[in-house]
Amino acid sequence: MTDIQVEGQERQTEDSPIPTINRHEFTIFFDVTNGNPNGDPDMGNMPRIDPETGHGIVTDVCLKRKVRNYVELTREQGEGHRIYVTEGAVLNEQHRKAYRSLREEDVDKLKELKPKDRAEAALLTHWMCDNFYDVRAFGAVMTTKVNCGQVRGPIQFTFARSIDPIFSQETTITRQAVTQEGAEKEREMGRKHIVPYALYRMDGYVSGHLAEKTHFGPEDLELLWESVINMFEHDRSASRGQMALRKLIVFEHASKLGNAPAHRLFERISARKIVDAPARTYADYEIIVNGDQLPQGVTLSER
Amino acid sequence: MGYGIKLHVWGDRACFTRPEMKAERVSYDVMTPSAARGILEAIHWKPAIRWVIDRIHVLNEISFDSVRRNEVEGKISAAQVKSAMNGRHVALNQASSEERQQRMTVMLRDVAYVIEAHFEMTDSAGATDNPEKHYSIFSRRARIGQYYHQPYFGCREFPVNFELIEENDVLPSSVYRDAVERDLQWMLWDLEYGSEISPKFFRAVMREGVIEVPDLHNREVRS
Repeated sequence: MTDIQVEGQERQTEDSPIPTINRHEFTIFFDVTNGNPNGDPDMGNMPRIDPETGHGIVTDVCLKRKVRNYVELTREQGEGHRIYVTEGAVLNEQHRKAYRSLREEDVDKLKELKPKDRAEAALLTHWMCDNFYDVRAFGAVMTTKVNCGQVRGPIQFTFARSIDPIFSQETTITRQAVTQEGAEKEREMGRKHIVPYALYRMDGYVSGHLAEKTHFGPEDLELLWESVINMFEHDRSASRGQMALRKLIVFEHASKLGNAPAHRLFERISARKIVDAPARTYADYEIIVNGDQLPQGVTLSER
Repeated sequence: MGYGIKLHVWGDRACFTRPEMKAERVSYDVMTPSAARGILEAIHWKPAIRWVIDRIHVLNEISFDSVRRNEVEGKISAAQVKSAMNGRHVALNQASSEERQQRMTVMLRDVAYVIEAHFEMTDSAGATDNPEKHYSIFSRRARIGQYYHQPYFGCREFPVNFELIEENDVLPSSVYRDAVERDLQWMLWDLEYGSEISPKFFRAVMREGVIEVPDLHNREVRS
């Protein structure tokens, strides 16, 4: 049973042995102190809240953005570590790079490019995977006018959720200067939404099989952990307050398919508030990781 | 037909996007057969088999939630490409930039279903492919939580938890077990991958929490 062959000829062009990874699940805990971890565009940039339970939410894309930024910052767009969806790039321009490396003709003059056949589409996709860390990790839909196909990445992030309902506080701030010339007033007022304190949890997945398809190897995985651990360290801003990654718990399976249901592993991790008052520091929480009698073939590590 | 499977699936959120409301995604009330097929294929699939969804049991109350996110537009104008090629940069994170879109997702929350399905052998089946083998592979994987890739409810940020329901197990109870009939209107059945990809629709009706899914050749399935 070789699952690699499932989706057709895609890997026929590959013969070099690329190191592979097994399936992983991971949980992260991060907290915020006097900041806004993820503003809601619908609510005037207030922290995102589940309206029914009052729990705070941080979207998957918000956290993926931080991983991309970290890789972009520390790898400086180096070989194989370019970032496709940067905060200042042009998507189609990136596609053209792929075509340029594969075709003799002047691709710059063409308005629309479509792969000639499946083989070329696969080459383009692989080129994108090999050059761009985020395409390799998260995948990308590259069916823009300059068509490079579609990639499903091995890394799956989910919505992060706070352990307890959050209390969002609106603070009014003043500025001792005005924006426009000739204004009568001497200062302006603004608003900031902050969460005094909240601890969030996010669960994530790494598929060994999809990793193999996008050539996401052990080094890439190590970089993912590095990015996750450091994702708030390089994302300081006036609105974020103090954010920190508190815990990264990784379950590694001994095979690509996995050795235990993901939800059973996630259930081993729990967090609860251990004070009666509203939580204000990380010390007000207790995180329990039950590593007893793990299913066979699953190893647990904490970072 | 002897090889039917029942899979219990559940999760915090789901978005089975209505094709007519894709720009700002709005989910169907329940899981579509095509999403159910995707979940099964995430666990086990080969070109030799084709999953057929027979029934979808809706276990939890249908309720919605919404989230608005910053997304990229994806397509950009030739003029912008040109300006970027001349060394200028077009920022993705500027509010005024045309590459940024704020899009709403109206999604389901706290979903749980039972998928009843079977598979048929296709023309690609080789000499070593037989129903027993694929049935065993699927059952084994579902039983111990293995998958090819993590299944999801419509979008990848909404992961699926799953558990195999063994033959003699009692099915989980549905909150709609006493609701005689609920018309869910026309719903995407699946995409038919022929020489051209064509979407097929069916009239979804939930009776006592169960939606009977017609098969492709049924007259209830229309383009």
